Amino acid sequence: MGRTLAEKVWDDHVVRRAEGEPDLLFIDLHLLHEVTSPQAFEGLRQAGRPVRRLDLTIATEDHNTPTIDIDKPIADPVSRAQLETLRKNCAEFGVRLHSLGDVEQGVVHVVGPQLGLTQPGTTVVCGDSHTSTHGAFGALAFGIGTSQVEHVLATQTLPLARPKTMAITVTGALAEGVTAKDLILAIIARIGTGGGQGYILEYRGEAVEQLSMEARMTICNMSIEAGARAGMIAPDETTFEYLRGRDHAPAAGEEWDEAVAYWKTLRTDDDAAFDAEVVIDGTTLSPFVTWGTNPGQGAPLSAHVPDPASYEDASDRNAAEKALEYMGLTAGQPLRDIRVDTVFVGSCTNGRIEDLRAVAGIIEGRKVADGVRMLVVPGSVRVALQAVEEGLDKVFKEAGAEWRHAGCSMCLGMNPDQLAPGERSASTSNRNFEGRQGKGGRTHLVSPQVAAATAVLGHLASPADLSDAHATAGV
Amino acid sequence: MEAFTTHTGRAVPLRRSNVDTDQIIPAHWLKKITRDGFEDGLFEAWRKDPEFITNRPERAGATVLVAGPDFGTGSSREHAVWALQNFGFKTVISSRFADIFRGNSLKNGLLTVVLPQETVERLWKLTEADPNAEITVDLVDRQVRAEGVVAEFELDDNARWRLLEGLDDISLTLQNEGDISAYESTRPAFKPRTIRL
Repeated sequence: MGRTLAEKVWDDHVVRRAEGEPDLLFIDLHLLHEVTSPQAFEGLRQAGRPVRRLDLTIATEDHNTPTIDIDKPIADPVSRAQLETLRKNCAEFGVRLHSLGDVEQGVVHVVGPQLGLTQPGTTVVCGDSHTSTHGAFGALAFGIGTSQVEHVLATQTLPLARPKTMAITVTGALAEGVTAKDLILAIIARIGTGGGQGYILEYRGEAVEQLSMEARMTICNMSIEAGARAGMIAPDETTFEYLRGRDHAPAAGEEWDEAVAYWKTLRTDDDAAFDAEVVIDGTTLSPFVTWGTNPGQGAPLSAHVPDPASYEDASDRNAAEKALEYMGLTAGQPLRDIRVDTVFVGSCTNGRIEDLRAVAGIIEGRKVADGVRMLVVPGSVRVALQAVEEGLDKVFKEAGAEWRHAGCSMCLGMNPDQLAPGERSASTSNRNFEGRQGKGGRTHLVSPQVAAATAVLGHLASPADLSDAHATAGV
Repeated sequence: MEAFTTHTGRAVPLRRSNVDTDQIIPAHWLKKITRDGFEDGLFEAWRKDPEFITNRPERAGATVLVAGPDFGTGSSREHAVWALQNFGFKTVISSRFADIFRGNSLKNGLLTVVLPQETVERLWKLTEADPNAEITVDLVDRQVRAEGVVAEFELDDNARWRLLEGLDDISLTLQNEGDISAYESTRPAFKPRTIRL
């Protein structure tokens, strides 16, 4: 019988397989950042172990880094100490590091792909759950804990039990104005935050094939929000064209040809069987937002805040009640009526150049609504430079938005970019957990297009809600 | 890693689903560079409420957390496991754990036990009615026992053995160094490299 994409990549990385043991899997690329690595390096130091494969390891600073005044010392002494620890560890062990101020610095999941390090058929790990992003290339990519970070540093392998596979098939094409973010939010609402537990997801079907690489990264990025450690998309011409010529892509000529020949084998065989399959009709989707405090609590923007009493399952009902209380919402309220204080554009979900172009296309010539703060945080320095070259920074600033330096920023509020208690955001990031963007902050997850329209109107809105023709052109 | 064989203790019933790792330990605690000192960050936002379950005097010293479904979702932060352990929990029972959290817990000797939701409900009722009720989590027999409850749980033999012995995964893997070297010698040249050595 044939094999799925995930099974092929898995099998190609088995270092050791023995009865009654998890497979020992080789790791092709290990990404590091300042938050989940210090205890791992300390473990190596105590055991007197070196980093086994410095040539498969790279670090960047992102979670803690400020997005303003980056030329000044970092104000928070604890954040500063953590970044200094990463610098010290990378210097001591010989790990390539892109620090704040470096042209290759940025959110780890934006940096890997743009350098061409993320390639089809590779295994990619990082001490960060959004490592699933890299699955967009047909890589098997997943987040790990700090003990596993240490394990990979020391051995370049991980002992892992093979997960099951689930196909998420999206039939038909997405309607105009419907984005990858809307699609993944709808998928999570459908299968739930635990729906993907124990599975590697494979997104497939016409709607997925039509997506750009960056949009595919948005999809795979949020696999973890559906409970799956990894999500993958089979590589195709879109993938190969994205990679061609990048710094670490295979060299043109024989090496490139050999790589592409291998990459073309990375498709689920026609006679392969998935352990589970979910089919979604892509033509029925519309802009999608969250109303609750987990990413599965979402609905079409045109819908209303649900009534907790409508849930049959007691635990879902209880969760919805708690969510509405925390979010300060009432059942039956139209989602479009929800007013926001802050709009955040950025993160490893939606902080790439296409996201910024989409936002700029909508807010160009318009103003951010009175009383609304809009932050635009590019995912990396390279993304920022590209945006500046295209004049997007001017569009944001003229509209009244703040154009910031690259980093994770308000996605998780480890740096000063946070919501105040009770403040409400429309955010292009990935998690609407209680307090995620700041203590007491309330988050609605949205696409970049919805974020832009929301910034202009001051309440949750899609570009179609903006009256003049220019707006629709921006979609 | 600390070995886990069997543990008996009083419980904290946490009637919430989807307790994500941001709730278990908020991001600002992640700036610490040690594996200890996270106890005050555990459930930090909820503990501001004096009535929150872990603040109740009758729950002081409880070591078994009985949680709702989908415990440990979200961020991969191992700090969530350290915070639970630093606070004093030895084991967590739920009908469903997020994959990364589960992996992290077993690497640290915090035994995460999957039981059917109806058994979790019975444990909730038992420990809500009697805060002194004890729950035994027995890894040797793969069984949870409490008054009126005897429930078997699954954990694969390999993970169980590592926990029972308190084994260090890295040392175990390095026993197969020859396999790793052999694999490395067959990797295609087109695979990406971060630096040229």
